[in-house]
Amino acid sequence: MSLLSVEDLRLSFGGLLAIDGLSFTVGEAEIVSVIGPNGAGKTSAFNCVTGFYRPTAGRILLSGREITGMRPSGIAGLGVSRTFQNLRLFGEMSVLDNVRAGAHLWLRQNFVDALLHTPRYRRTERECTEQAHHWLDFVGLRGDRFGEARALPYGEQRRVEIARALARRPALLLLDEPAAGLNHGEKAEMLALIRRIRELGIATVLIEHDMGLVMEVSERVVVLNFGREIADGRPEDVRRDPAVIEAYLGRDDEDDEDDTDDTDDTDDTDDTDGKGGADGKGGADDGDGGGDGDA
Amino acid sequence: MTAPGATRAPALGRAASRLLDSRWAGLAGLVLALLAPFVIATPYALSVMTSAAIFVMLASGLNMVVGFCGLLDLGYVAFFAVGAYTSGVLSTRLGLPLLATVPVVIVVTVIAGVVIGAPTLRLRSDYLAIVTLGFGEIIRITANNLDVTGGPSGIYGIPSLATSPVVFYYLTVVIVSVAVIGASRLGRSRLGRAWRFVREDEDAAEAMGVHTYKIKLAAYIAGAVWGGLAGVLFAGQLSAISPGSFTFLQSALVLMAVVLGGMGSTPGVVVGAIVISLLPEVLRDFAGYRFFAFGVLLIIVMLVRPQGLWPHRSREASS
Repeated sequence: MSLLSVEDLRLSFGGLLAIDGLSFTVGEAEIVSVIGPNGAGKTSAFNCVTGFYRPTAGRILLSGREITGMRPSGIAGLGVSRTFQNLRLFGEMSVLDNVRAGAHLWLRQNFVDALLHTPRYRRTERECTEQAHHWLDFVGLRGDRFGEARALPYGEQRRVEIARALARRPALLLLDEPAAGLNHGEKAEMLALIRRIRELGIATVLIEHDMGLVMEVSERVVVLNFGREIADGRPEDVRRDPAVIEAYLGRDDEDDEDDTDDTDDTDDTDDTDGKGGADGKGGADDGDGGGDGDA
Repeated sequence: MTAPGATRAPALGRAASRLLDSRWAGLAGLVLALLAPFVIATPYALSVMTSAAIFVMLASGLNMVVGFCGLLDLGYVAFFAVGAYTSGVLSTRLGLPLLATVPVVIVVTVIAGVVIGAPTLRLRSDYLAIVTLGFGEIIRITANNLDVTGGPSGIYGIPSLATSPVVFYYLTVVIVSVAVIGASRLGRSRLGRAWRFVREDEDAAEAMGVHTYKIKLAAYIAGAVWGGLAGVLFAGQLSAISPGSFTFLQSALVLMAVVLGGMGSTPGVVVGAIVISLLPEVLRDFAGYRFFAFGVLLIIVMLVRPQGLWPHRSREASS
């Protein structure tokens, strides 16, 4: 049985179809990438799996158990962790506190412990801090971990977000564009980090525009276009798939104008949805992604 | 890029000194409060100081809701009223000593917290503020119209916790100190961190498994209990309560204490509450211009120190 299986997922926003019959599975400790042009429905699919959006139709199963329509915190409780496309750190809290958020689900401590500072309180707090340090070491954070998270440089904040997701001790980790906005060296480190995460036995689903990284790290690639799955297979097969090439480069001749119109529509949908894919970085990266796919 | 580990060593020294700072500051504040009656012990001064201590407890309770969890509550006085009236009614009608009403007060304020919080906490920021303001008024107007609460004239003859004002003052200081320490401890625990996660980013908190609705309700209930217990002290101090003590102005002043002191900062809200409750007394020389001067001073403080008198610092000590 696969760890995550998405069956015929559909999501529409007032008549606009963001996801149109998406099915894919993720096995234990597998790295699966979800790729596709901007507005293809990748982040929307993530939001359905993690409970932030309620799908219009279809089922999502985690280890055979249906999680469709559950609350995000409930899904997190079953062992799913995620990062966000636009960083969502607790900016005014310390870096350590950010990672301690990952401990929320497994830290056994009640308010009586907190009020009386019982031995259990001291033990759990110590354990929580040790774990936070451990995961910050694991992601290779170099910056100041006692200060506010927002004071860290962008690339370091990405690491903190991943450390926070890992501290939850998930079975399934969803990374939404972990390499967006990172420079060349940082991307290489991110690649190494994703491999180290796999060695922990954690299954990873990756949304990424950097084709180099995707082809390098993924065991399987799912390609979306206009909310539909157009390919699912090993990276080397997917990159030769005519449908994928067409999605990234467009068709040669007919229907050119129609196609551009459609693309615009879908893009708009995703933007209004508040995930704010409209920032400059995302756009630039998309361009990169297309270029790499071409090569 | 910062060099690896470069920031750790100085952080250690700074953090250690800050830990001492805040410990010593708390102890110094307590000693000051305990010594105050030796400096001035007129009945008037004692009553002002007792009121200030009760106000500190209110501010530390509201700080859990507004400062830690980021929920703007404009009707906090509702819980103060519920606590005061519950203990007032029980002690006068059933002849119970004030202390014996405390367990009932806790139960009733928890229920009040759930009743007010459950429907309103699905709302975000400004909507929540409006609805809590409404609930604050509802509680006051209900007390004004019920027979059991004595209507507009309120309840008289509530037994005090202590025979002399000095003893009552010391008792209040001890109870309030415990409450302030308790609120601060909750704020640093797993629950308190979850409150701050919710304040910073609700979606990210949910993604980490924080049931944001339950956590917000917990903040609300904790605030309600603190406010209710402050109400018991209030009833014991004055021995008479009436709806006039629980107006919107009172809610606004407690919120002012939290903001003025520094939201989310325990020493901050203590200082803020003391300033807000003592400043009008200090300004008595201004006679008719007293509250004008009070307002101007508050505005000046907020312009000069928008982060509060003693703001919360996120930098933490290394262990």
